[in-house]
Amino acid sequence: MFNIERWQEIFETLRKNKLRTFLTGLSVASGIFILVILLGFSSGIENGVTSEFQQDATNQISVRTRVTTKGYKGLNPGRRIQMKDEDFALINNNYDEFLEYRSANYSIWGGQVAYKNETGNYRVQGVMPDNQFIENADISKGRFVNQSDINESKKLAVIGNKVSMDLFKTENPINKYISIFGISFKVVGVYRDPGGEREESQVFLPLTSSRNAFNGSDNIRNMTFTVKMSDNLDEAVTLSQNITEAIERDLKEKHLIAPDDLAAVRVNNTLEEAQKIYSLIDTIKAVFWFIGIGTIIAGVVGVGNIMIIIVKERTKEIGIRKALGAVPSSIIGMILQEAIFVTMFSGLFGLVGGLALLEILGPQVDSPFIKFPQVDFGTAITTVFILVAAGAFAGFLPAYRAAKIKPIVALRDE
Amino acid sequence: MIKIKDLHKSYHMGNNSLHVLKGINFNVKEGELVSIMGSSGSGKSTLLNILGMLDEADEGSYILDGVPIKNLNEKIAAKYRNEFLGFIFQSFNLINYKSAVDNVALPMFYKGMARKERVEKAHHYLEKVGLADWSHHLPSELSGGQKQRVAIARALASEPKVLLADEPTGALDTKTSYEVMDLIQGINDEGKTILVVTHEDDIAHMTKRIVNLKDGIIIDDSPVEQLRAQQYV
Repeated sequence: MFNIERWQEIFETLRKNKLRTFLTGLSVASGIFILVILLGFSSGIENGVTSEFQQDATNQISVRTRVTTKGYKGLNPGRRIQMKDEDFALINNNYDEFLEYRSANYSIWGGQVAYKNETGNYRVQGVMPDNQFIENADISKGRFVNQSDINESKKLAVIGNKVSMDLFKTENPINKYISIFGISFKVVGVYRDPGGEREESQVFLPLTSSRNAFNGSDNIRNMTFTVKMSDNLDEAVTLSQNITEAIERDLKEKHLIAPDDLAAVRVNNTLEEAQKIYSLIDTIKAVFWFIGIGTIIAGVVGVGNIMIIIVKERTKEIGIRKALGAVPSSIIGMILQEAIFVTMFSGLFGLVGGLALLEILGPQVDSPFIKFPQVDFGTAITTVFILVAAGAFAGFLPAYRAAKIKPIVALRDE
Repeated sequence: MIKIKDLHKSYHMGNNSLHVLKGINFNVKEGELVSIMGSSGSGKSTLLNILGMLDEADEGSYILDGVPIKNLNEKIAAKYRNEFLGFIFQSFNLINYKSAVDNVALPMFYKGMARKERVEKAHHYLEKVGLADWSHHLPSELSGGQKQRVAIARALASEPKVLLADEPTGALDTKTSYEVMDLIQGINDEGKTILVVTHEDDIAHMTKRIVNLKDGIIIDDSPVEQLRAQQYV
């Protein structure tokens, strides 16, 4: 294998048969290249979709109420349903053991927020402390709303990173006062959100203070919960669905809404969606792997085919070499060493090409659903070696057969 | 140099068995130039293949330079071919993507000789057959006679005990044939043992001894007055 004379002989053969070498190399290199790109984009899609989902907790249940569309028990349609603290307490009591985080929220429409001369429109919401986890908000400075803020109706605000950048620029917003519709709130925290800018353009206030400031009495605009997760996703989805239905039923009963009124109470459960997305990701991954493995198989078959043709084409040469004193093992060795060298070299070439393309194009892909397309280098190298080994194996049989041909028969081959 | 005793060879094709060699007895001394003649089907090619260790006899003994040739596996046969024999074929059998000098150097590669030495020796043998100026040409750029000379240089390059030539002039015109025979006679003059299979009378008469084969047995084996090819060139 490490015989320098043998390598010289092989390089000479390869150099003098450029087309054959090029075609073998091309089929291997393109196979690996396509595989690398496929795997890269499969991981890109996974990264993109996963991060798209990280903006909020995936096991979230949110409750909103609107206007009834159907008459029920003598009540006219078109009635506005307003949730109150007692509704939140009811749900909390009924399903306490299944709920992990819970928050009743009061949002202020078209929240105009100002600091000195800077103003902006952001989503402003009165929330409870648990909302931090429901929103997946990471506190980067200061703290989030806590229970004593709620109890004492402190006029505090936690702002998103985008809000901080817009209003405060480089200034540290902590302990500065922002004004919302002319009412001052002290900034106690800044948060970041994996969901990006849109999720970071919010201002959170303690629920009680927001209601005091904006005439909310004990109204609730929406409620959000997360269900306790179990290890089994299917179980968790079922639980989440059951609770979703139960909450809807309870609220309809309490507010005298027709059971078949679809608009008045909206209870959404993200876990079911998440499960669909996860299974979609799994499917995409499976499809990419399927195509990838198909590509590899096609590559191996291609190499095998080329090897058979090479051996066929070289039968006479093999006969000549045997007549001149080549032992069978040196014939097999020659053909295999050539095959392995060509597949390995072009496989690595395709690998580097694919990785380079991902490296160059990856950051330029501007889609929320594809992020950081990349390939695990170990996986890529492994596939190259699989291809080389399979190519060598595919080449071995024809090489072995060629070495077995009697020289006198091989010499007669035209 | 070559001692053959009671050599038999049959080919089996399905249920038919074809008895090709029916007891050949035949010796060649060192330095002889022997031609083997016979019509097609007489067994002359089979005999040459057995002598060349490309095929094996069913029965009888074959001793080459004191070494009994029997029960060969591929590996030993390849080694003996490399050590003892040089082949010259009717269709030249040069490797078409290798230059003349690389073709000549090939048997020395299988001897395990270093590249530099190989190329040096190959040049020497090409010079000997008068093709020093053509050493870097591919076979496709050479004429038939030139190709056969490259093949002869290649056969000599492994410094074999015996040269086996299978219809060496079969693919050449008369004039070129005589040139090749002149070269073969010259090599024989230097003491190399050479066996030539041919069906052409004039070529056979340029050797020193003619062995006539018919239906698998030797019907005539007699020395002849050697005609020098030189005078026809």
